[in-house]
Amino acid sequence: MPTRRNIVLGALGTATALVVGYAVWPSGRIRRANALDAEPGEQFVTSWIKIANDDTVTVVVPHCDMGTGIFTSLPQMAADELDADWSKVRAEAAPSDPLFANGSLAEGFILGQRDMTVESIPAFLRGTVANGFRSVAEYMNLQVTGGSSAVRSTGMLGMRVAAAGAREMLVKAAAARWNVPANDCETKASKVVHLPTGRNLRYGELASDAANYDPSSHPKLKGKGEFKIIGRPVQRFDIPRKVDGTTNYGIDVKQPGMLYAAIRISPVFGARLLSVDTGVIKGKRGIAHVVKLDDAVAVVADRYWRARDAVADLEPVFDDAANGKVSSATIRDRRTAALNHDVKNDLKKGQGDGGLALGRRIEAITYTVPYLAHSPMEPMNATALFKDGALTVWSGTQDGLGSRAFCAKVANLPLDKVTFHLQPMGGGFGRRLPGQWNFLEYAVKIAMAAPGQPIKLIFTREQDTQHDYYRPNVMSAFWASLGPDGLPLAWVNSYTTDDDPNAEAHIVYDIPNQSIGAAKVPTHIPTGAWRSVEASWHGFFVESFIDELAHDAKKDPFEYRRALLGSSPRHKRVLETAAAKAGWNTPMPQGRGRGIALVESFKTIVAHVVEVTVDPKGTLKVDRVVTVADPGLVVNPDGFKAQMEGGVIFALTAALKGEITIENGAVAQSNFNDYEMLRLADCPEIEIHLLESEGPVGGAGEPGVPPLAPALANAVFAATGVRVRDLPLKNHSFAVIGPSKM
Amino acid sequence: MVRLKVNGVVHTLDVEEEAPLLWVIRDEIGLTGTKFGCGIAQCGACTVHVNGQAQRSCVTPVGSVQDAEITTIEGLSANGLIPAQQAWIDHQVPQCGYCQSGMLMAVSALLAANPHPSDEQLEQSITNICRCGTYPRIRAAVRALAATGEG
Repeated sequence: MPTRRNIVLGALGTATALVVGYAVWPSGRIRRANALDAEPGEQFVTSWIKIANDDTVTVVVPHCDMGTGIFTSLPQMAADELDADWSKVRAEAAPSDPLFANGSLAEGFILGQRDMTVESIPAFLRGTVANGFRSVAEYMNLQVTGGSSAVRSTGMLGMRVAAAGAREMLVKAAAARWNVPANDCETKASKVVHLPTGRNLRYGELASDAANYDPSSHPKLKGKGEFKIIGRPVQRFDIPRKVDGTTNYGIDVKQPGMLYAAIRISPVFGARLLSVDTGVIKGKRGIAHVVKLDDAVAVVADRYWRARDAVADLEPVFDDAANGKVSSATIRDRRTAALNHDVKNDLKKGQGDGGLALGRRIEAITYTVPYLAHSPMEPMNATALFKDGALTVWSGTQDGLGSRAFCAKVANLPLDKVTFHLQPMGGGFGRRLPGQWNFLEYAVKIAMAAPGQPIKLIFTREQDTQHDYYRPNVMSAFWASLGPDGLPLAWVNSYTTDDDPNAEAHIVYDIPNQSIGAAKVPTHIPTGAWRSVEASWHGFFVESFIDELAHDAKKDPFEYRRALLGSSPRHKRVLETAAAKAGWNTPMPQGRGRGIALVESFKTIVAHVVEVTVDPKGTLKVDRVVTVADPGLVVNPDGFKAQMEGGVIFALTAALKGEITIENGAVAQSNFNDYEMLRLADCPEIEIHLLESEGPVGGAGEPGVPPLAPALANAVFAATGVRVRDLPLKNHSFAVIGPSKM
Repeated sequence: MVRLKVNGVVHTLDVEEEAPLLWVIRDEIGLTGTKFGCGIAQCGACTVHVNGQAQRSCVTPVGSVQDAEITTIEGLSANGLIPAQQAWIDHQVPQCGYCQSGMLMAVSALLAANPHPSDEQLEQSITNICRCGTYPRIRAAVRALAATGEG
């Protein structure tokens, strides 16, 4: 784990439009990087790779740590191409400086998209668009961590290229020192070896010379069989500091003279603060300021609990922005109406919905998923200091560089007056992505209103739950026609969306006639990317409906899917492996059931088999989850498994218990007592099996989520004959086992 | 004035008796390993030991623990790591790590009272919330500790 401060120096330079070859820098940028981020005895060789005199290789990671292990997996990828001695490899967070902007993230999504439009930008990046980043060139200024992109973009396109370039430069430096052909040299464990004589030089001895060579923009990369560090289950660098309480999350920032702020935001989103009587807290101990904002009131005090208690004593009056009568029921009515009248076709295959006439029709089956909050364990917080015309902010976000620009915009300051210190995050799950930074905005506004001392704003859990950017609630309706063999001839799907059509609604199954369309139903509820984004709902819809078709056709749900995967051998292998590992054909006793589902998201294909027991009283217990994933390439198998386990539990929590409802224009839930989380006692046995393939490299953080809810609902159907079409399961006649305890 | 003994050090503090122990530990004493998660004793991120028992500090008024021995994650081990912390590394338990101080305080209190907990005893005792989903690894780490009795 990086222990060093995040340095932020210099002005935000002109964004580079260089797409190919960004991973290796010309020498001018190396000089800048050394000045910015190298200690005495260290030398940048290419972008993101520093080598010290003692051979320590430091990999500078242009992402933030939210717990997914990328501060270890990205260095693994660099170290492998560099032929570094793994015991001497370290990781460090990149400064929030454009020099370390994550060009590979942009390239990973933009390459080949000549006619990039707002619609073609993946949803988890759209917040940056809303903030005014609209051109490809500006995309190069991202340090976003999201979209399960770290390994597949930064790693594959950035780290490996940078490290392979550095390796070539080290070889050139050694060959020149010995005056021998570079071809006679090879690299091993952080040394260059001259093969004919056996002489060797350590990387630490060569780094300064190596940095003088112009890097090749297309260095030779290793083939899959040549990896030595990629594919090894190495221990994560960050974990020792996460078992002794020393990781310095945003909420732990300490600054001299720091004050604390607590906030009350208007319950109805977008409503205005009309008035607040501050007399009721007058004379209370430690109160320094009361700050009135457009839609909130904040109390600043010398201690957090005093600010929190004081703001709770206030009785602010807000208007309702004409949304005071909106509820989950009114939103549902609007969604239903839109599905009947406003659907725009997004994909047509064969005869489209005309195919419904070709076989036995299955009529309109409708599914819904609710709004969900992210609820990372560390509540939203940010510390800000406005002093002498300059702003300094400390916070954990999923994009340090973007956060700096965002804070500058909120404060109406030039970028060179703004410093942003990116802190490790106590969970993200999408909550801290661009476009979802209300905590930064409030912290900056409070600091500007009360300049001179650092102020740490911490949302209470109640404010965190009620002022999130929610996974949208979505409704999706399906029609199909089945041929004489029971297999589908037509697949018709209409769903609601808060913004654009979702590619995740498109299916992998071989069905000759398809029509898929979306109806846009915007509401005043802010929505955002929630772990696995659109796949989190379409996975449930598609994999539930295909299961219903299988049962309708009196076919085995596994065999039914398998018969429709002729064109997708990787998907078929994942599905077959999951069935085999779970013992799909083993009979289950009365009251128990097994369900299967398969979803590709973020280029990783995942199938889950879920086993449940439902006792005669209707108590549901999830016993076992068997997971098979094919991400193409696995960098750290143990880390990948941890992400799959986490994805299963995150999705299981949502499927069983997760529901944010709207009453009177505001969120009805407030804390873990009414927005419940799974605990250890609720956690099933989870088995993860990884497959590698020649497929594109897929993500780890999100793809475990989408197939879980449908596999669970399908298992419940197998156990009980009850088909759950509306999540969460707690709203049905099942009592979910594992009571929430204090 | 409130007198608190945290990790063996006595602090005399000018705070209200009803001030929450969590925030006094974090903001007055400056030990930030103990975390704020919910404020209503639901999640356990704020778990500390009070006379060796796991207790949720976010709802504990400091006035109620004036004569107690309070231990935080920073004081869990005099030097090095306790076996549970080492097991957390061996099993690569943490992801974001935010809840793990509280988890380790809860687990260490359990193991001190019962060095060989069964799965059921573990599940009854450890009700802390982890959003990253590290429960399978917590279970594996505690099973290993229970087998040796060295927790």
